[in-house]
Amino acid sequence: MSDIAERVKKIVIDHLGVDADKVVEGASFIDDLGADSLDTVELVMAFEEEFGVEIPDDAADSILTVGDAVKFIEKAQA
Amino acid sequence: MRRVVITGTGMVSPLGSGTEVTWQRLLAGQNGARLVTEFEVEDLPAKIACRIPVGDGSDGTFNADQWLEPKEQRKVDPFILYGMAAAEMALNDAGWHPKTDDDQIATGVLIGSGIGGLEGIVEAGYTLRDKGPRRVSPFFIPGRLINLVSGQVSIRHKLRGPNHSVVTACSTGAHAIGDAARLIIFGDADVMVAGGTESPVCRIGLAGFAACKALSTQHNDDPTKASRPYDRDRDGFVMGEGAGIVVLEELEHAKARGAKIYAEVVGYGLSGDAYHITAPSEDGDGAFRCMTMALKRAGLSPSDLDYINAHGTSTMADTIELGAVERLVGNAASKVSMSSTKSAIGHLLGAAGAVEAIFATLSIRDNIVPPTLNLDNPDVDTAIDLVPHTARKRDVNVALSNSFGFGGTNASLVLKRYDA
Repeated sequence: MSDIAERVKKIVIDHLGVDADKVVEGASFIDDLGADSLDTVELVMAFEEEFGVEIPDDAADSILTVGDAVKFIEKAQA
Repeated sequence: MRRVVITGTGMVSPLGSGTEVTWQRLLAGQNGARLVTEFEVEDLPAKIACRIPVGDGSDGTFNADQWLEPKEQRKVDPFILYGMAAAEMALNDAGWHPKTDDDQIATGVLIGSGIGGLEGIVEAGYTLRDKGPRRVSPFFIPGRLINLVSGQVSIRHKLRGPNHSVVTACSTGAHAIGDAARLIIFGDADVMVAGGTESPVCRIGLAGFAACKALSTQHNDDPTKASRPYDRDRDGFVMGEGAGIVVLEELEHAKARGAKIYAEVVGYGLSGDAYHITAPSEDGDGAFRCMTMALKRAGLSPSDLDYINAHGTSTMADTIELGAVERLVGNAASKVSMSSTKSAIGHLLGAAGAVEAIFATLSIRDNIVPPTLNLDNPDVDTAIDLVPHTARKRDVNVALSNSFGFGGTNASLVLKRYDA
């Protein structure tokens, strides 16, 4: 796993209180990890804070899985 | 008319987590006041508070993890957490866990708070100022709103009846119980989870009440001596934190399921002082009318009163309340006992009225009245037994609990032994 993926995973574990082994690339925040719509807003804020990137609302709407988040951040930091 | 009884109680207080542990420690004369060490108090005039003992849940300590998942805890202010814990205790105590549609719809929630999420509002204010609006959490609002205690309790326990809340400063807990009882009397619900909760012990809470000249500031070196209602050396209240919740139930509903009945809620009175934003009217007329209304509703006379749990905050207002009670009971003064349990647990603000109504209920159950601690030199000469220093065994069949709040808002509850 990349450094970004590890940091994303840690944020997801902390915020959603889920087991580490469930936080896989294809895991959906809402369908697989028990998040509700407010949790996902907070997750996006945490990603912004951790990586110093801005995630506009329309982009945030398309970040549905752990992998989506990692990809977006990698692209934003490239 | 439909009758309302108390079938469950729950409490988180500076004397412990749970009704029974708090009650036993209260009767034993224990005191919850101490120096605040969790945040900076050096520059505050009041450096003490009555704080909930936090621990692993053993020996009466409060362990948040037993009541709310850690990931949910950080989304809510402590007042919501305390309210949820006390509500769950009360529902467990009542043995009421509605599963059918009918039972869930017949059960409502009415829990209030005087101030709500004070500390969380301050923190979000810093975030907004320092990091901008995009960093304000989506849980900021739902974690601070006062009615979210009722909301959280209803969601967690699937209580789908009336969902309501009260905000009347230090009368909140009493108003919540009184109003909830009326919802049952009106037939809007058969069961109500009702009470108050508060978590005001933080820098802005202490600073704000100190600015109102409401807090004790002369006993920082000896915290357990600070709350001393009716004593000549009293100099303000000691802030407390916690929650008190009762399960109220329509009498026939309670009997039909064989529920344990603590006492009946027979009277409720309300009044406004129309005088001052923080001070009670000096003639005590608001308090007098409120108690009178509650007794009238109960169909009882002042001479029926055995115990009064006073508002008694350890301020100058103590003697105003006492004067109103003397006017109320007249020649029966020597028959009634009146104590302020704020001498032991401090002033729980929006939770006070509910916690104290539970104490009044337990005084009926156990035929004992809790003490007024630190009453070394009474500032008043009265025939009323103020129960100094130690609890007293005595018959208690009728008890009244007073609560008075900023804004001149007054509430009295009358509780009576239930004889099957």
